[in-house]
Amino acid sequence: MTEVALAAQAQPRRRRRRGSLQAILATTPMIIAAVGVFVICILFSIFWSMTNSKLFPNFNFIGLTQYQRLWGTDRWIVSVQNVLVFGSISLIVGLVFGYLLAVFMDQRIRQEDLFRSIFLYPFAMSLVVTGLVWQWMYDPNLGIQSAVRSLGWTGFTFAPLIHESTALYGVIVGGVWNGVGVTMAILLAGLRGVDGEIWKAAKVDGIPTWRTYLFIALPMMRGAIATAFVLQLTGVVRVFDIVVAMTGGGPGFSTQVPALYVIQHLTDRVNVGQGMAAATMMLAPVMLLIVLRGLFVMRAESRAKRGAK
Amino acid sequence: MTTMTMGAGDPRGPKPKRMTASRIGVYAFLIISALFFLTPLWVMLVTSFKTMDEVRQGFLFNWPANFTFDPWIKAWDTACTGRYCDGLKPGFWNSVKITLLSVPVSIVVAMINGYALSFWRYKGSELLFSVLVFGAFVPYQVVIYPLIIGMSKVGLFATLPGIVIVHTIFGMPILTLLYRNYFAALPSELFKAGRVDGAGFWGIFFRIMLPMSVPVSIVAVILQTTGIWNDFLFGLVFAGRENMPMTVQLNNIVQTTTGIREYNVNMAATILTAAVPLVVYFVSGKWFVRGIAAGAVKG
Amino acid sequence: MKKFIPAVALLAAAFAGSTAVRAADVEVAHWWTSGGEQAAVSVFANEFDALGGDKWIDGAIAGGEASRSATLQRILGGNPPGAAQFNPGRQYEELIANGQLLDLTDLATKENWAGLIRPQSISEACLVDGHWWCVPVNIHSWNWAWASIPAFKAAGVELPTSFADFLEKAPKLKAAGITPFAIGGESWQISGAFGVVQTSMLGLEKREQILKGKDVALAAAEMPAVFTKWREFKQYTDEGSANRNWNDTTNLVITGKAAMQIMGDWARGEFAVAGQKAGVDYACLALPIEAPTVSTGGDIFLFPKNSDPAVEAAQLKMASMMITPRVQALFNNAKGSMPVRDDVDMSLADDCMKKGLEIIKDEKNIAVDAGRWLSNDTTGQMNDLAAKFWADDSMTVEDAVAQYVDILKNAD
Repeated sequence: MTEVALAAQAQPRRRRRRGSLQAILATTPMIIAAVGVFVICILFSIFWSMTNSKLFPNFNFIGLTQYQRLWGTDRWIVSVQNVLVFGSISLIVGLVFGYLLAVFMDQRIRQEDLFRSIFLYPFAMSLVVTGLVWQWMYDPNLGIQSAVRSLGWTGFTFAPLIHESTALYGVIVGGVWNGVGVTMAILLAGLRGVDGEIWKAAKVDGIPTWRTYLFIALPMMRGAIATAFVLQLTGVVRVFDIVVAMTGGGPGFSTQVPALYVIQHLTDRVNVGQGMAAATMMLAPVMLLIVLRGLFVMRAESRAKRGAK
Repeated sequence: MTTMTMGAGDPRGPKPKRMTASRIGVYAFLIISALFFLTPLWVMLVTSFKTMDEVRQGFLFNWPANFTFDPWIKAWDTACTGRYCDGLKPGFWNSVKITLLSVPVSIVVAMINGYALSFWRYKGSELLFSVLVFGAFVPYQVVIYPLIIGMSKVGLFATLPGIVIVHTIFGMPILTLLYRNYFAALPSELFKAGRVDGAGFWGIFFRIMLPMSVPVSIVAVILQTTGIWNDFLFGLVFAGRENMPMTVQLNNIVQTTTGIREYNVNMAATILTAAVPLVVYFVSGKWFVRGIAAGAVKG
Repeated sequence: MKKFIPAVALLAAAFAGSTAVRAADVEVAHWWTSGGEQAAVSVFANEFDALGGDKWIDGAIAGGEASRSATLQRILGGNPPGAAQFNPGRQYEELIANGQLLDLTDLATKENWAGLIRPQSISEACLVDGHWWCVPVNIHSWNWAWASIPAFKAAGVELPTSFADFLEKAPKLKAAGITPFAIGGESWQISGAFGVVQTSMLGLEKREQILKGKDVALAAAEMPAVFTKWREFKQYTDEGSANRNWNDTTNLVITGKAAMQIMGDWARGEFAVAGQKAGVDYACLALPIEAPTVSTGGDIFLFPKNSDPAVEAAQLKMASMMITPRVQALFNNAKGSMPVRDDVDMSLADDCMKKGLEIIKDEKNIAVDAGRWLSNDTTGQMNDLAAKFWADDSMTVEDAVAQYVDILKNAD
């Protein structure tokens, strides 16, 4: 996120006083969405998190009781840990695998369109059913384990979803399967945006191809990486539907995630106050990032001013 | 200048001359990866052509012994989704309607945002943008309550314009990010030339920026079409009963707590529902990459 | 020009008011979307349409949670459906308190619902402070076990006579290559089966003292045995149980790969589809086996308040229709559930349901659904605990009991 912002910041300033009015008018929808929806909704959510709202939001202020309960709940704490593990592994695997796919796709291969579509198609499928298919494939009596065993390797064991210690990784594989195609497409596009001269120069200098990809091309596609990163990050923070489809949060709490906690409390558990408290905690790190970014931008601006003097 | 005229979209890797060991390695990696991606699709396809008796026997990966098209016909035409048993088809045109309206509206709005944020920054515009990006992280369910209250206050709850507005709001963060970075990467000479010619905010937008933004707009169209076509939550709450999208029917076919599940029909229904975004991928896949390469994500 | 509009609107409103018998469309939100359920919902819909004038507009949304949420959100948005399916419980108590539901008391008094509906605890779900707020339409009992007769034969053991007896026989079943206890790892399946084991171990009286009376001391004394027994079941499951659908689990019993499953009475439909016969291919055991009970799960319909008098008249018509003996018979035979009144022709029912209908006649055999006593929030916490304890072998019984007591203490 900061990458993108900084990159844009580096552009020459284009403040045009006379056009400002039109600009404000033209971006009215954005102002309404940002202030009217996101800011106000979040403020309401924070407020409701300090009420005892049950079925519908109400205004009975009860202080931080909901937060005390939240942080005293095993399931929530496990959810937070899970999303950190899920998030960091998914982000790294997604970006590395996505970049590898993009690099290999970049080798003037035949049937590029076909391969690209194959890597992208899971993104278009309803998770309700694809989650079920993954669940079947992981089922030791039905899926991969029994298929391999029937080929003669009878000691083969593969059933990640049945153990608390491995279930999360089973979900991660499903998540990567679902979303890595988009990362690949963005990074492939980034690769192709890299100046053609660079490749020629690298070749003339006798630099091996893999080094060119890793040390020359990669640093030049900051924008593409940042976009892929933001997209993946929003997916990770909000992840819940693939969990519902594959494990329902189990076994035990082993695949519980914060978004699932929020949604269950807002709906079936009829405890809007608790759900809003959890939602506020989910958003806290993002709010912190935004504030940090704001400070960073301000410092950069003041430094630029000083530099101009 | 310019990333656009350089033939973005062409592979830049070393040109293959013949099948060397490394070429074989490249294809091996791609084919193994493709198998990883295709295995679930294979399971879905073979299951969708099996009878339920055969599905119950297991043998997930096997070719159907009694090949049948019935699940596909049932999914489209006769599967029960409540009182009526008309399959997926009733929601299809609703989904088309919602998608055709929401995609252009949300994209035009985001395009103007991105343009203003790149060339016409005003006091607070960066802050607004930060808030918007923050919005990309908010779980939808959290904002649903206040949004319902707001929409019903202005009389748009459970209407077609209502759902279009909701899609526009929630598509805005990512799309604005996309357009902002795209326009920011355009050479400032373009903008200055427009100013010298005396063009204002809208003049530059329509004469220069709009034509320049075709590639990134195709990216936006693809992202939005997929997102809006597959949306379930917003359609269910904000579209109103007459406009229920196809995903509601899909869900009614595949989801049940205590009813009987017909897996073969479920698989067929899922593939059928995904058909529209899949066609969009297959047709415009090339443009998808080309569009981004043209500057959308090049900071 | 503009001045005209309010005048016209007023006129139209006056006109509408004067013709109160005008037909109305009633949108009905429910989650009966699968093939078998479609037959049941069609009974209601067709019967309602046949009354003439008003029309049933189907608003099916799969999944109870999704359907109920959509209804609640639409009430909040001021665009409620005409009728909505819920489970009997406490989820709608706030709607009653807020005055957002149509009061059915006059209709219920006229038709003597209180006298007709049995068991009594079913009416209690709708009868709050002397007012009727909803119509119970059926009863589904969780308290059943489904056993494969061939599987028990293959292992050379008789059908179980109690849970203790089952656990004694389980090693023999296992030795014969049969999964003794079939369960799907979804949270609702685990907590459902746990609830049944709890009922069986405690008996109805102590269960009520704990769950209704929130008797913390009794819970601390009695729950260790329940958790201990519950853990014993786990060693007899198969390793494919993670997140398995309930019907795939039932299929294991149908095919004789597993011996027994604890599941609600809707499982009967799976055996019927597979062409199996009760008493020959499978046995339905009402639980606890020693003293069979019926639990009072099921469905109710509530009617959000509507400003249109025509809709309100139609809502009352629908409520009345749902509870007539004829519709109850048609509906429950199609749904595979038990009717909420006794004077209903259930001669089409299969042997297992007839068993249930006998049990339900005696109020002493009724295990009131815990959702009547505990909020969704509390039952949710208990379900989490049951699922966690089931999956995590390192969690001690003492820990589980301590947490259970804690949840009960804070229950609202």
